[in-house]
Amino acid sequence: MRRLSWPWQLAAAVTVAVMMFPVAWAVLSSFVPENRLFAPPSLDPSALVLDHYRALFDTRDFWTPVRNSLVVASLTTLVAVTLGALCAYALARLEVPGKAPVLAFVLAVSMFPQISIVSPLYLLLRSLGLLNTYPGLVLPYLTFAMPLTIWLLVGFFRQLPAQLEEAAFIDGASRWRTIREVVLPLSAPGLATTAILTFLYSWNEFLFALSFALGPERYTVPVAIALFRGQYQVPWGEILAAAVVATVPVAAIVLVAQRRIVSGLTSGAVKG
Amino acid sequence: MAAIALERIRKVYPNGHVAAEDLSLDIEAGELLVLVGPSGSGKSTVLRLIAGLEAPTAGRILIGGRDVTAVSPQERDLAMVFQNYALYPHKSVRENMAFGLRVRGTAPEVIAARVSQTAASLGIDGLLDRRPAQLSGGQRQRVALGRAIVREPQAFLLDEPLSNLDPLLRVGTRAELALLHRRLGATMVYVTHDQEEAMTLGTRIAVMNEGRIEQLAPPRDTFDRPATAFVARFVGSPAMNLWPGTLAGAGGRARVTTTGFEVEVETTAPAGPVQVGIRPHEVAVVEAGHGDAVAQVEVVEPLGATTTLHVAVEGLADGLARVVVPPGTAARPGDRIGMRLPSARLHLFDGNTGIRL
Repeated sequence: MRRLSWPWQLAAAVTVAVMMFPVAWAVLSSFVPENRLFAPPSLDPSALVLDHYRALFDTRDFWTPVRNSLVVASLTTLVAVTLGALCAYALARLEVPGKAPVLAFVLAVSMFPQISIVSPLYLLLRSLGLLNTYPGLVLPYLTFAMPLTIWLLVGFFRQLPAQLEEAAFIDGASRWRTIREVVLPLSAPGLATTAILTFLYSWNEFLFALSFALGPERYTVPVAIALFRGQYQVPWGEILAAAVVATVPVAAIVLVAQRRIVSGLTSGAVKG
Repeated sequence: MAAIALERIRKVYPNGHVAAEDLSLDIEAGELLVLVGPSGSGKSTVLRLIAGLEAPTAGRILIGGRDVTAVSPQERDLAMVFQNYALYPHKSVRENMAFGLRVRGTAPEVIAARVSQTAASLGIDGLLDRRPAQLSGGQRQRVALGRAIVREPQAFLLDEPLSNLDPLLRVGTRAELALLHRRLGATMVYVTHDQEEAMTLGTRIAVMNEGRIEQLAPPRDTFDRPATAFVARFVGSPAMNLWPGTLAGAGGRARVTTTGFEVEVETTAPAGPVQVGIRPHEVAVVEAGHGDAVAQVEVVEPLGATTTLHVAVEGLADGLARVVVPPGTAARPGDRIGMRLPSARLHLFDGNTGIRL
């Protein structure tokens, strides 16, 4: 790779600094005692404390929202990618009448402002007895997760050479066996990218979780953090500590899967 | 090994394109039949219809006497070699070759034995643990062939299998394919747009144009007695010279008149518009003023064993004619030459239908 000339390097450094500054500030502040949060910042390590993290897990039971978020995001990802892959394969490869309208409809659904479907969904979930349950969050999450997975995976499946599947048919493999042994292994990068993106969206989702999780035992991380604010005080230290805790798994996933995501997003762009 | 028959096949794609029109074809057991034609002539469609990858709009397909028109590709017991080889990129060469046998539930010992035997016969036994991405084009081509051979299918379908190889490798592999066909005695249907490949490989060749078979004959016949003007133009290199003209006279002593020359022909065909053709190597070059036509040399192409002259025939408007002469020719661009067109070497085609007269 060609080395950048120094003005570009400087521009890159500035961009990274601007983007990283709030994150760095949040991480740093989460270690600063409450009484000094609004004082000029200090980098003196001896002044840094773990108070906020202790408070988070000892007095607030932050484990529950973390567990809820993990369960809901994982279930959503599992269901959305499994069902989405089947839908996407059908739309990409089989002769389905009205493919284009179906895809357009799927896209239109994902364009709905979430707030406009909160009330109907609330009534629906209430009559199904699913309010304040995990399915009561996973099902609404599928409204944005399914369009995402279907659109991403239709793209991935379409760029697989059709001859590979035809070769498998002629070799005697059934449609299912072809999907299992040829299509899925080859679209692993696409499936991984789709799963990660679905997980991130579900992990960060706020409005549905706020509306359909009624008690602290079902709060997800974003809801729990938002509800830290009391009537008379805002525990900024704990909010920042919670934000760090909520970001770490997501950042870890992205860092580990970075190459996968990039290669998944660009695979097929060049012949190879 | 099975015979394959197509009976009055019609194929219309959903977009309205007619890829095959009232097409019948009998492929004998053990024959290597080449489907040749320009792109868009429907030759690949015919192959995909035989494979079961496309369903005909009308007509029947029989393999070994069994009507397979409604049978899925999985149940037809054929093997296909694709133009881009379509090797499974995530499987090793060994797994690529074993896949079809494994799917059919062959015993693992039998699979292992057949894969190693086939690999050895193709000289790819050293590559069995590699992935397709680690192979050269020629090696991939062999693996694709191996994957087909190891299955011992009813028939082989080959879709332009040599077109992705470089020219030198292509000629070598072509000869190996001919040997392979003789060794296996297998029914093979081979699609190519390269008339030279068709001529050298085919037991018979079917020349296709616009969804129809223009001629189905042994290679030599398509060259010596092309059934239509299209076949005449397509088979043979350099291509046959064809000129529009008018046939007059009768009783075996007829004359063809074009804007550039007039020649006697032996034919019983009725008078009317015709196309008259002659192969470039049948034209005799004589001094200007002698012979049947006069022409000016425009381009000289020394090819080593022969030399091709591109000449502008006086009085003929459209394009240059081709003349093949011995390599030692003294002709230079700008020279005027005479052309003798021996009447026994002329081909006559109906001016409207293009059918041989």
